[in-house]
Amino acid sequence: MEAITEMNKMDATFLEEAKKRSGEDLSLCYQCLKCTAGCPTAPIMDIRPNNIIRMIQMGMKQEVLGSSAIWLCVSCETCGTRCPNKIDIGVLMDALREMAIDEGIHAKEKNIHLLHEAFIDSIRRGGRVHEATMLIDYKLRSKDFLTDLVPGMMLFMKGKIPLLPSLVKGRGEIKRIFERCKK
Amino acid sequence: MRFSYFPGCTDHSTSYEYGRSTEAVLKTLGVDLVEIEDWNCCGAAATHSINHLLSLSLPARNISKAQAAQAGPLVIPCAGCFNMLKRAEYALKNDEARRKEIEDIVQFNYDPGLEILALIDVVLNRVGLDQIREKVKKPLTGLKAACYYGCALVRHPKVTGLDDPENPQYMDRIMKAIGAEPVDWSYKIDCCGADLALTYGNVVQKMVGKIVAMAKEAGAQCIVTSCGLCQANLEMRQDAGLPVFYFTELMGVAFDSEKKNTWWKKHMISPKGLLESLGLG
Repeated sequence: MEAITEMNKMDATFLEEAKKRSGEDLSLCYQCLKCTAGCPTAPIMDIRPNNIIRMIQMGMKQEVLGSSAIWLCVSCETCGTRCPNKIDIGVLMDALREMAIDEGIHAKEKNIHLLHEAFIDSIRRGGRVHEATMLIDYKLRSKDFLTDLVPGMMLFMKGKIPLLPSLVKGRGEIKRIFERCKK
Repeated sequence: MRFSYFPGCTDHSTSYEYGRSTEAVLKTLGVDLVEIEDWNCCGAAATHSINHLLSLSLPARNISKAQAAQAGPLVIPCAGCFNMLKRAEYALKNDEARRKEIEDIVQFNYDPGLEILALIDVVLNRVGLDQIREKVKKPLTGLKAACYYGCALVRHPKVTGLDDPENPQYMDRIMKAIGAEPVDWSYKIDCCGADLALTYGNVVQKMVGKIVAMAKEAGAQCIVTSCGLCQANLEMRQDAGLPVFYFTELMGVAFDSEKKNTWWKKHMISPKGLLESLGLG
């Protein structure tokens, strides 16, 4: 009975959807574990990269899209470079994050998602990233005010966080790009 | 020799000394850099992490500006920016539907003839080791350096197409040409933790700690990089006091660049003592 309930939770379309969104042929994986062996953040992931692929094959959509793993991937591309079946797992992770956002699934690593958003909004405002306002924006969003105050101050003291932003003149062009790339 | 130039957002902030040393060294080597007009942020990891189309379109605007400049191949010092522009180039070259979509968003016609090159590739393969050797005034004799390539320069190799992805040699060869001794070590392509530094500082501390420990074990007196984020993480997340240079800074020392002392002020770990101990201060 339990097994049948488990089966009902599986989403048979997930594999096809993940293949389509990432452009990667996930059926080729034969679980050699090279991806996980070389992954620098696998030790802190809740689901290791090889298991992410296996769980996609099994249709475990909620578990995969709700995992911390998809947010802890830093896109170092070690996995994709070494995969004997040429599956670019870094690109897959990008696609899974977008799928999670589209499905309205909350990021298990909330601050990582907030940092990406603060960074993108900084580009949206000026066409270039302005570290000072981007970092303040991230701190306000995450309400994590104390972490990394010392490194931040060190950079500031070294004159490496300018107060004035450097702005793109063609902000209309940037605005149009953002509008066209809106979800 | 003339190149279009994409400095990137950190050129006047966190990688200030990379920008200034790049300008000084390329001037000595007789390379003209033409900054592309009104360039924008490459999009960095944030865009490709959550908005794929934006991560291709923002770099594509820079590609369109470089095409318009007609000032030669586009050269990029920052490994992260280089990687983003190469990802866009890969999509433009290999996915016709995507190319049309990006061309429509950015409103340009992509010219596959525009070369997009990493600064380290230009220095080694366009300028060349003979030219570099000719300009050396103070060879870095006795300096043992761990050349650190990180991720973005060499991976994914189908995108960056640069050097050997598992045991790259570009920086090692440049270091040899200016008289330094690159050490053999096995952490040259391990990830520094990248932007996880801002959300998981303790994890990045461990990752950097391992890289720095392995460099020291191999006998290195410093680490050499070509990426702003790697340099910042390696310098700020270690407690071993091992100096971390940009490869252009060490070239500047060898060329006896006038302004080199202004670069050291920007470092969290001052390399002055090390350089002075080798008569290179």
